[in-house]
Amino acid sequence: MQLNFPIFPEQASSMAGKVDALYLFLVLITTFFSLLIAILVVFFAIKYRRRPDRQAEQIHGSTLLEIVWTVIPLGISMVIFVWGALLYYHMERAPANALEIYGTGKQWMWKFQHPGGQREINTLHVPIGRDVKVTLISQDVIHSFFVPAFRVKQDVLPNRYVFTWFRATEPGTYHLFCSQYCGTKHSGMVGQVVVMTPEDYANWLASGKAEGSLASLGEKAFQQYGCTTCHRPDSGARGPNLEGLYGRPVRLVDNRVVVADDNYIRESILEPNAKVVSGFQSIMPTFKGVVSEDEIIAITEYIKHLAPQEANPLNNRTTPTQIRDSEVPNIQQDNRQEPNQQGTRPANPSGKKP
Amino acid sequence: MSTSQTTTTDHHPALAHQFDSMEQQQDASTFGMWVFLLTEIMMFGGLFTAYLIYRIKYYPAFVAGSTSISVSWGFANTLVLIGSSFTMAMAVWAAQTGRRKSQVWFLIGTMILGSAFLGVKAKEYYDKWDECHIPGHIIGKGFNTWGGCSATNKGLGNIAQEIIERAEKDHQEISPVAAQQTAQQTEIFFSFYFAMTGLHAFHMIIGLGLLTWLLLRARRGEFNSEYYTPMELGGLYWHFVDIVWIFLFPLLYLISRHAHGI
Amino acid sequence: MAADERHKRIAILYLLSITVFFFIGGLFAALIRLHLLTPNGELFQADTYNRLFTMHGVNMIFFFLIPSVPAVIGNFLIPIMVGTKDLAFPKINLLSWYLYIGGATFSVIAMLKGGVDTGWTFYAPLSTGYLRSPVIVMAVGILIVGFSSIFTGLNFIVTVHRMRAPGMTWGRLPLFVWANYAASLIMILGTPVIAITLILVALERGFHIGIFDPKLGGDPVLFQHMFWFYSHPAVYIMILPGMGVISEIVTCFSRKRVFGYGFVAFSSIAIAVFGFVVWAHHMFVAGISVYSALVFSLLSYAVAIPSAVKIFNWTATMYKGSIEMSTPMLYAMAFMGLFTIGGLTGIFLAALGLDIHIHDTYFVIAHFHYVMVGGMVTAYLGGLHFWWPKMTGRMYPEAPAKLAALITFIGFNLTFFPQFILGYMGMPRRYWAYPPEFQVLNVLSSAGASVLAVGFMLPLLYFLWSLKYGEIAGDNPWKATGLEWETTSPPPTHNFHEIPIVTKDPYAYGEEEEVTVVH
Repeated sequence: MQLNFPIFPEQASSMAGKVDALYLFLVLITTFFSLLIAILVVFFAIKYRRRPDRQAEQIHGSTLLEIVWTVIPLGISMVIFVWGALLYYHMERAPANALEIYGTGKQWMWKFQHPGGQREINTLHVPIGRDVKVTLISQDVIHSFFVPAFRVKQDVLPNRYVFTWFRATEPGTYHLFCSQYCGTKHSGMVGQVVVMTPEDYANWLASGKAEGSLASLGEKAFQQYGCTTCHRPDSGARGPNLEGLYGRPVRLVDNRVVVADDNYIRESILEPNAKVVSGFQSIMPTFKGVVSEDEIIAITEYIKHLAPQEANPLNNRTTPTQIRDSEVPNIQQDNRQEPNQQGTRPANPSGKKP
Repeated sequence: MSTSQTTTTDHHPALAHQFDSMEQQQDASTFGMWVFLLTEIMMFGGLFTAYLIYRIKYYPAFVAGSTSISVSWGFANTLVLIGSSFTMAMAVWAAQTGRRKSQVWFLIGTMILGSAFLGVKAKEYYDKWDECHIPGHIIGKGFNTWGGCSATNKGLGNIAQEIIERAEKDHQEISPVAAQQTAQQTEIFFSFYFAMTGLHAFHMIIGLGLLTWLLLRARRGEFNSEYYTPMELGGLYWHFVDIVWIFLFPLLYLISRHAHGI
Repeated sequence: MAADERHKRIAILYLLSITVFFFIGGLFAALIRLHLLTPNGELFQADTYNRLFTMHGVNMIFFFLIPSVPAVIGNFLIPIMVGTKDLAFPKINLLSWYLYIGGATFSVIAMLKGGVDTGWTFYAPLSTGYLRSPVIVMAVGILIVGFSSIFTGLNFIVTVHRMRAPGMTWGRLPLFVWANYAASLIMILGTPVIAITLILVALERGFHIGIFDPKLGGDPVLFQHMFWFYSHPAVYIMILPGMGVISEIVTCFSRKRVFGYGFVAFSSIAIAVFGFVVWAHHMFVAGISVYSALVFSLLSYAVAIPSAVKIFNWTATMYKGSIEMSTPMLYAMAFMGLFTIGGLTGIFLAALGLDIHIHDTYFVIAHFHYVMVGGMVTAYLGGLHFWWPKMTGRMYPEAPAKLAALITFIGFNLTFFPQFILGYMGMPRRYWAYPPEFQVLNVLSSAGASVLAVGFMLPLLYFLWSLKYGEIAGDNPWKATGLEWETTSPPPTHNFHEIPIVTKDPYAYGEEEEVTVVH
């Protein structure tokens, strides 16, 4: 038995200390009120114990006291609520320019893909001091990506991307757990997050076999599946031009405007008639059962890197992504940002829904 | 069951021992039935909520599915059921006013109309089986087998085909690929169709059982102006089942019919 | 035949049935804690372990906790407390018990077929498409026992509304009745939703339709919404009747009217109402939007306040009372401390940023065991001890009872307090094997469980003993107020020889003559 056991988790991320602060505040509140009640109860039981020479005093109540002990807990609760909500808001918004890693959960293992094409199973190498955003999806049931040392947890759903983010602050190796019961080997679906200095991380990246970056794998898949047949920048193309698409608002045939995020791309590959872009026919076949989860991730990464080109005079159909911002109604602008002039990827909007 | 009272007070034979008066019994029993109907509303409500969510998510498929079920039969059933609620209300009135023969005939009428409803539903279910619109992969010949399931069912067979034809009538073009995707998604519509109408039919069958029991008691002359509580409760239940259908009919049969004509 | 449906007899039938399931669930708990003594999963295979924790949860929640106080103590006492001969619908009450047995039979069948391994939460798509265990059998069992609960609730509501004795106004009802009334509101409104959810799970599993399975176009998060829409209010079904018991015990053994009767009564209703609008606090990391999460977190604090009000009112009731530390009072005092801890750790979980870390860990397990076992089971045991003389005509032996209460208290805290620490450290729930640094705390917890097991066995033994050898209790051994104490122990078939006419407030302790000898 390991006898020198810790009783508090390590703080290895930028959020860990903040979460712990709220926790400790709540521990204090709980200790205070529990002790208060316990002491009062025991004290009264002793002080007012049954004795033949005194009777109980019949007290109906006190509205004032009721108000006091309703309002004070309410006030404390609201403080806790706001504190927790602010933390949550921060934890649910991935910063811009985060290092993006894709994770897939399946019974009963984790697979990670780095943008450079490096793949890992059950281990995730990340650099210290850098925002890392992990985009996650499940291939079967609901799992959950949990790194206690980072105070990070996110349920991983099938058929829908979700994400979480962290910035590691201490080098080391930390537990990765699956924390949503997923069957027989749920407790075996564990791994490690290895936090490395930037130099070590660069070395690690270089050491793997060169398969090509994730985006280049995606480009290969894009060509292999014949996507280029329709998705071209010229005017005769039957499908929308995908250059500069990622993160931009798109107008659909029913006049809705949606943001082209990871989930949009995935849905367009698997259920293309769900959101048809305005000005186009719904003729795209579905690739459900044809393209694998890993390939979808690679293709998404490829599309994220497609920079918008200058429209040339022969191109008499503007790319559908270029609706002016003034035309955009109040859509959820989670942390979408404008691409800068070099066409680098904007931040990834939230993939959540109510 | 009513107990025979051997006390010297003038208890009505149907007064249950826990109640002090017939009035209290009537009052409490009716209240209890309303509470029970409230629980039924919550149960159907859960199903309706799930239906609503998927209707929003797969609207074109729901339109296609809705068009493929027969609005004529659905409407006929609606009239039948409303009629049966009328006969049921009349039966309760007859009980309240002590008309033994009328009670019996109105109850029989209600049961005939209720059975007619179930008969029509059975026919509709058969049609769906014939057209391969049974969701899931257990019953029947598989969902939406292209080309129709039965050689005699021209025009009823292929949902994808229907979608294309309807789009053409609207002067729109839908590719076979898109129509096929929508048609595949109608499986979820049919899942709800069978779940909702099935749950409803199950309640109708229980209702028919209750009506049979009421009929037997009415024939024996148990109900009159002093005591007609079971009839009233039966009436409440039957009206509730009717109202559920009044919601089901437009939700399932009338999706976007206004846009496309019936 | 008419005799079968007497409410008191049905209460005893329930007592026997739920005790069986308590010990079945308890056996599974014991096996779980034995298994978790070592970190590498040595005692059971993973599949077996997964069935153990699932069946522990299912049996304890649906076949013990939800019926416990309402179906045993409520059935026995509510007609008497409101001053009538039986519940409004005795036949439906009996049907309710038959449905319990029907559902329990399905549970037993499921267990005989190896047990279900979905977790008591049955999350899709795991439960609908990926497991081979008898999920449909279990779902049907829960569905049936759900209707048992609905009919009990329906009966209570109609009885309280329509069958109160002359003079028994709402403001004179014992708080036990208010609490069960509020729980009954939840029973009738919430349970039907779990019924339809389980029907859909069974349909999906049986016919491969896609309601929740994304491979077939469904949405697994919809399952969670529908499931928790009932299962969150369900926890209030479980705790409210227990709180009603505490109101009765604290007043009797302080010989004082309750402090703030109106506030305690309405807090039960407030808990029932608010309990319906907080369900998604179980889903903060499940993929709901940030905005939804904010709303549900805010409302979750609202539901905690009425519970706090009750605790303060009970404490104030003890102030300047005349307190006797009988066994029921010991349980009530334990409840007040343990429920406070349990309830406040719920606040931890309602705090969004913090919940991300502690969700689905042993922190949650510790929280709900504090409120369910430290709270509800404690209240149930307190109630059993308080009304045992009324129900059976016999007193239980006081010394073993106090000893059992103490053993239970110690065992309980030793079992579950370490789990708060384990949870914050990051040990996830439902883990068959765990990292070795968690072992010491697990061993402590298992040690506590062995003590707790003794604490729970003792009442079984001495209650049985008391039936034959216990001191004969009179009509009112505790000198308590309340209509049930004005009739014999046990009460006659129709409860009262004459229907009482109520003129006094509840808990009119001061108006009685003090019975101790004055020199």
